[in-house]
Amino acid sequence: MTKSIMIVGVGGQGSLLASRLLGNVLLSCGYDVKLSEVHGMSQRGGSVVTYVKYGDKVSSPLVDKGEADYILSFELLEAARWLPYLKKGGKIVVNAQRIFPMPVITGAMTYPEDLEKKLQEKAEVTAFDALALAEQAGSPKAVNIVLMGKLSTMTDIPEDVWTAALEKTVPAKFLELNRKAFQLGREG
Amino acid sequence: MKQLMLGNQAVARGLYEAGCRFVSSYPGTPSTEITEEVAKYEEVYAEWAPNEKVAMESALGASFAGARSFCAMKHVGLNVAADPLYTAAYTGVNGGMVIAVADDPGMHSSQNEQDSRHHAIASKVPMLEPSDSAECKEFIIRAFNLSEKFDTPVIFRTYTRIAHSQSMVELCDREEKPLKDYEKNPQKYSMSPANAIRRHVFVEERMAKLAEIAETCPLNRVEMDDTSIGFITSGTCYQYVKEVFPHASVLKLGLVNPLPKQLFIDFAAKVDKLYVIEEMDPIIEQHVRALGIHVDGGKDLTGLLGEMSQAKLRAAMGVKQPESDSIEEPLPVRPPVLCPGCPHRGLFYTLSKLKLTVCGDIGCYTLGGAAPLNAMDTTICMGASIGALHGFNKIRPDGANKRVAVIGDSTFMHSGMTGLANIVYNKSISTVLILDNSITGMTGHQQNPTTGLTLKEEPTYAIRMEDVAKALGIKRVSIVDPADLAALEKTIREEIEADEPSVVIVRRPCALLKCVKHKPPFKVETDKCKSCKMCMKLGCPAIKIENGKASIDTTLCVGCGLCQQMCKFDAIQE
Repeated sequence: MTKSIMIVGVGGQGSLLASRLLGNVLLSCGYDVKLSEVHGMSQRGGSVVTYVKYGDKVSSPLVDKGEADYILSFELLEAARWLPYLKKGGKIVVNAQRIFPMPVITGAMTYPEDLEKKLQEKAEVTAFDALALAEQAGSPKAVNIVLMGKLSTMTDIPEDVWTAALEKTVPAKFLELNRKAFQLGREG
Repeated sequence: MKQLMLGNQAVARGLYEAGCRFVSSYPGTPSTEITEEVAKYEEVYAEWAPNEKVAMESALGASFAGARSFCAMKHVGLNVAADPLYTAAYTGVNGGMVIAVADDPGMHSSQNEQDSRHHAIASKVPMLEPSDSAECKEFIIRAFNLSEKFDTPVIFRTYTRIAHSQSMVELCDREEKPLKDYEKNPQKYSMSPANAIRRHVFVEERMAKLAEIAETCPLNRVEMDDTSIGFITSGTCYQYVKEVFPHASVLKLGLVNPLPKQLFIDFAAKVDKLYVIEEMDPIIEQHVRALGIHVDGGKDLTGLLGEMSQAKLRAAMGVKQPESDSIEEPLPVRPPVLCPGCPHRGLFYTLSKLKLTVCGDIGCYTLGGAAPLNAMDTTICMGASIGALHGFNKIRPDGANKRVAVIGDSTFMHSGMTGLANIVYNKSISTVLILDNSITGMTGHQQNPTTGLTLKEEPTYAIRMEDVAKALGIKRVSIVDPADLAALEKTIREEIEADEPSVVIVRRPCALLKCVKHKPPFKVETDKCKSCKMCMKLGCPAIKIENGKASIDTTLCVGCGLCQQMCKFDAIQE
């Protein structure tokens, strides 16, 4: 049985590092793992998505509509954008931060209202202020690891597997900060 | 030991294990990481070339000298390198030579959606196509063996979903390949017409032999299972077929040029229904149909546009899609934007303000064409800005003072210099702006001939573009900092009105470079803000209007100060 996780957000928020951490966690659990990323132009502040799939044998590296067991979103509007990719009964973990895209900044469109509530009506959603927790850990850039901490409480993978993968994935000088961010994510 | 690796990392690992000694590439999404990763192996000499043509010619020279050699590029880069490719097919190799080309179906980061298999067919060079990271490594090693056995360069084709997907790879040791002797042999290496006429005979014989190999080689694999349905496919499409039809029979191709005959005929005879699933153009399908084999579905079902996926395959084959839900209201799109603090922002604001016609080029600055800056009229290919401006000005000389070309530092070195020579030689009064951000930006910060560092971070001579422009005969060369909006506007106004060709070097390093120190974020003093929205004209993602007043997101702002220069009411402060 293959499981699918999508990590979505805004280019520059650190979703690639999050997906690599997740990949290392799943690898140490003995799964076959595939990740798919997009680099280049779309990374420049655009909507970005990374797919993580694991199981006994993974074929396609992509996650398509109605297939994701989890969507981990770094931003509220991005959670709404990728909602169609969630499987019936799947779960969303979302950083409740709102980052305005250019059409909203220029006034061509408005940022949708009450997105958190609208998402709750459609799926099982855990929304929280991951940015505040990241800042509490020492850097707003640690939102990715806070979200990973939250995701870790929703799986049956032991905590020490996550922390070992964290040590492997994160540069040594940021390890303490990220450990703290991970713990705050677990508790928050 | 098994490791999770990007396709591009696995290619680099394959180069290392295959004993490759020489790598020369030009960066291009989604191929860039191959060369960045292989540069980490001390045993491999690796460099960034100024463009793909130089990269391929250098790799060919290294092969003639007896080494296993390699070059990588994106699909459009292979067009630049097509000239050496088509004749390298004639000369063949000494040490094995592999050319990696990365296509971009769906155009995640490209200006067109071309299918590089056409180049393999037209140049008469074999092409391999892997379907995951493990095959990336394995096929690179096979490609070198094939290259040496058949005396041919070999093209290794990837695309976004192979290059930028990670899957498991088993690591092995490097097998050192001693240099082969170089023996003078102009009949093989010097393609004058008399020699080339004889080598063309060899090329055709070689393709015939490779076509025989295609029937039996392990690169092409038949997986018989349920015979009521069969698929002929390759690469990542193989993965989508396995996802949607795990029990179907599959003929998976790893050698995509030349294609087999008997293998197709035999496979078709064993299955009740036959489908050909491939991304982009119907190359396999047309070959199968030309053999007189009945195909139950191919491009008529999947179409010619965009990427394949399991959902697209299900739709094509009439398989039910999984249920899903959505928010029932239009959601604002989130297109890519110039980063906060980007040195290009001030320039494109100024071009927009002066209402100039802008012949653009390939790089981050292509985003200067997006709202609200909207300051780009044409974008074609690497280096095209200068040629396009010249042609425009020759036909409509009256408006030449309302037109400029914009081209980045790396793109200028890639293929802008010849365009500038043409402006001087053929006397067009054109203004070329070279956007020098001290790095190759869009592909993720690669060194280039103007930066003073090599791929392996060794110091080297930094070519000064102002010297190049002067040497080419441009008398008016100026340098301006785009962070100073007043000076920038003054310079551009002067240069477009000049009665001779001019070059303006718009110089400020990319805001994402580690060496660039950011200032503290700016703040809006709300009571001073008159809601004039002048600051919004910059299209900075860090500025938004909240309750009618401008507001700066302090997590995004890097203190570039452009918005402060825009504000007439001193509402924006450090």
